[in-house]
Amino acid sequence: MGGTERMNHEKTHENELVCSGHYACQGCGAVIAMRHALAALGPRTIVVLPACCWSVIAGPYPYSALRVPVFHTAFETGGSTASGVRAALEMQGKSDINVLAWAGDGGTFDIGLQSLSGAVERNEDIIYTCYDNEAYMNTGIQQSSATPARAWTTTSPEAHPKDTQKKNIVQILAGHKIPYVATTSIGFPDDLIAKFEKAKSIRGTKFLHVLAPCPSGWKYSSQLSVRLARLATHCKVFPIYEVFDGETYVINVEPEGRPVKEYLSLQGRFSHLTPRQIDEIQARVDYDWEHLLHKAMLEKFEFE
Amino acid sequence: MKKVIMGNHAVSHAVMLARTEVIAAYPITPQTQIVEELSNMCAEGKLRAKFIKVESEHSAMACCVGASAAGSRAFTATSSQGLALMHEMLHWAAGARLPIVMAEVNRALAPGWNIWADQSDSLAQRDTGWLQFYCTCNQEILDSILIAYRLAETVSLPAMVVYDAFYLSHTYEAVDIPSPEQVDKFLPPYRPEFKLDVDNPMAFGSLTTPDYYMEMRHQIHQATESVHQVLPAIYQQFSGIFGRAYKVIEPYACDGAELVLLSSGTISSTARMVVEKLNAAGRKIGLLNVRVFRPFPAEQLKNVLRGVKKVAVLDRNISFGQGGIFAQELKAALCNETQRPQVIGFIAGLGGRDITPASIEEVIERAQKPDASQHEVEWVGLKE
Ligand SMILES: Cc1ncc(C[n+]2csc(CCOP(=O)(O)OP(=O)(O)O)c2C)c(N)n1
Ligand code: SF4
Repeated sequence: MGGTERMNHEKTHENELVCSGHYACQGCGAVIAMRHALAALGPRTIVVLPACCWSVIAGPYPYSALRVPVFHTAFETGGSTASGVRAALEMQGKSDINVLAWAGDGGTFDIGLQSLSGAVERNEDIIYTCYDNEAYMNTGIQQSSATPARAWTTTSPEAHPKDTQKKNIVQILAGHKIPYVATTSIGFPDDLIAKFEKAKSIRGTKFLHVLAPCPSGWKYSSQLSVRLARLATHCKVFPIYEVFDGETYVINVEPEGRPVKEYLSLQGRFSHLTPRQIDEIQARVDYDWEHLLHKAMLEKFEFE
Repeated sequence: MKKVIMGNHAVSHAVMLARTEVIAAYPITPQTQIVEELSNMCAEGKLRAKFIKVESEHSAMACCVGASAAGSRAFTATSSQGLALMHEMLHWAAGARLPIVMAEVNRALAPGWNIWADQSDSLAQRDTGWLQFYCTCNQEILDSILIAYRLAETVSLPAMVVYDAFYLSHTYEAVDIPSPEQVDKFLPPYRPEFKLDVDNPMAFGSLTTPDYYMEMRHQIHQATESVHQVLPAIYQQFSGIFGRAYKVIEPYACDGAELVLLSSGTISSTARMVVEKLNAAGRKIGLLNVRVFRPFPAEQLKNVLRGVKKVAVLDRNISFGQGGIFAQELKAALCNETQRPQVIGFIAGLGGRDITPASIEEVIERAQKPDASQHEVEWVGLKE
């Protein structure tokens, strides 16, 4: 976590498609994610934005913080509205435009799962991105099915934190056998940009799961977003990998294998955890990582 | 070319002739044959459209919204539970000013599961900002789809063409199917002023503060009201090209009538037969078929009903705790008139219960009685 991190963090793009004046909180991971994603996709991109923090971040009428066309749509329709946009472009003979559905974890894991599954099953030529801040942030930090076990949210208070595991959205999507499913993170901008560039070149549905830490919801100070995103991967909480055609798993970042405690202790949403609970989380993380290694047919991680 | 087709296929032919570009639909009885036929037309290459087999009606409307926003002519069809599931997206379509056209086959809502005719489904969507047309025959269904597109694209609002389950959806009638050339003359390609365009990027539907929201709603209201001016001209153009004349409301023998019967959909067809028979026997009964429900044709109705003493409204729908919806809207339209007719609302034919000529005669006789109630809802053919 030395100099390279700083360099990546301060990277600027030739073609910034997210302007200043947006409405995000300071240090918002979701904005960083969009910046890099659009830098990779370029100006010939149409963004479909279901309800989420980004509905606000994008700015109120008559302004827009994005230099590409945006269609704001209903919470649960990221997959279906984007399908309609793609259909229209196809009928108009326009094949060089990216259709980017950009939804939060609630809009993806929960209420939007049906329309996402429908779009994915039809193998619509869209890039569906879930920026994952692990709760319903727009409405004030409520539990979603992407919220990690034991995390505090306003609907999973300390006295009764979340008692189920985070849903494995990547496996659900990979189960649809689409060409490309990948995780990435604002902690690894080069990986993020490369994956959006790859997604751009593949026909059919591409699903990108982006970890986007949220200072307000996770309760940490805003300069730590990128550091936390990197820790999530290095502690194996959020592995970075790809799944091709639902079959082939490739792990892209070798975790440093730090204890999960390092990641948890920086965030207020986990401050109530007992040492035993942290051990339990560590055991779960280790198990899931082993499982992923097996899927990637690796006995242990060997970096390419 | 005349062809004997069912009401549902009248829609399919119209959608093909309209050169619709994106169709998204989900099956529900009694609508399904519309989109089955359309998928055949696409498969056979008669219609060059993208057919999206979505996983729900909510998504069907979301697809149409996306396609329309990106500048393509879009279509879907549904009924009953499907329309209810779409409700949120109906607001989205109207609020975004997207001229999507939908065929809606009137079917009762569950529970009890009931697939038969009942207008409560479409009328429950009356405040979504969709224009609504009610049809009395298969020819009218086909023509209304074409007119709906033309109107919707003129005023930038979505439109629903509504007709009764089975009485029209599955009933075969001779329909004059116009030629593509005729239709092209009437319905130019959809070229919206604003759309999702990477060469001219704009944001649609963003967060809208109290500073702007109300003006946008006012514009939607104005656009809806403008239909009163725009539609007669479109009807006239339609009749010039296709030879069939339509009106927003269709009064029959209303001048000097002792009682006017108001209805919509297939009830109007049965009622016309009854009224003709009674009038031939010396009675003076008028009939008013209401074809356009949104915008509500208040002025036209007031004009026709000026001087009339009594109006009996036959509603195949119910707003619980209030009564029939057409009756309710008519009362609201008339309430500021100094000389207004007594309006008596009748509920009939819910969930596909037959409305027979005898039941219509009964309505007329009951409404004619001096003590016919002004406020209570009258039910027709209710079993004890
Ligand atoms: C049908 C419907 N239900 C609820 C809402 C309210 N709502 C708007 S945004 C939001 C939370 C979005 O959460 P998520 O998808 O995780 O994105 P985030 O806000 O965290 O970025 C909710 C519940 C809505 N817009 N539509
Ligand atoms: S609440 Fe979180 S995700 Fe939403 S804008 Fe603020 S930092 Fe970003």
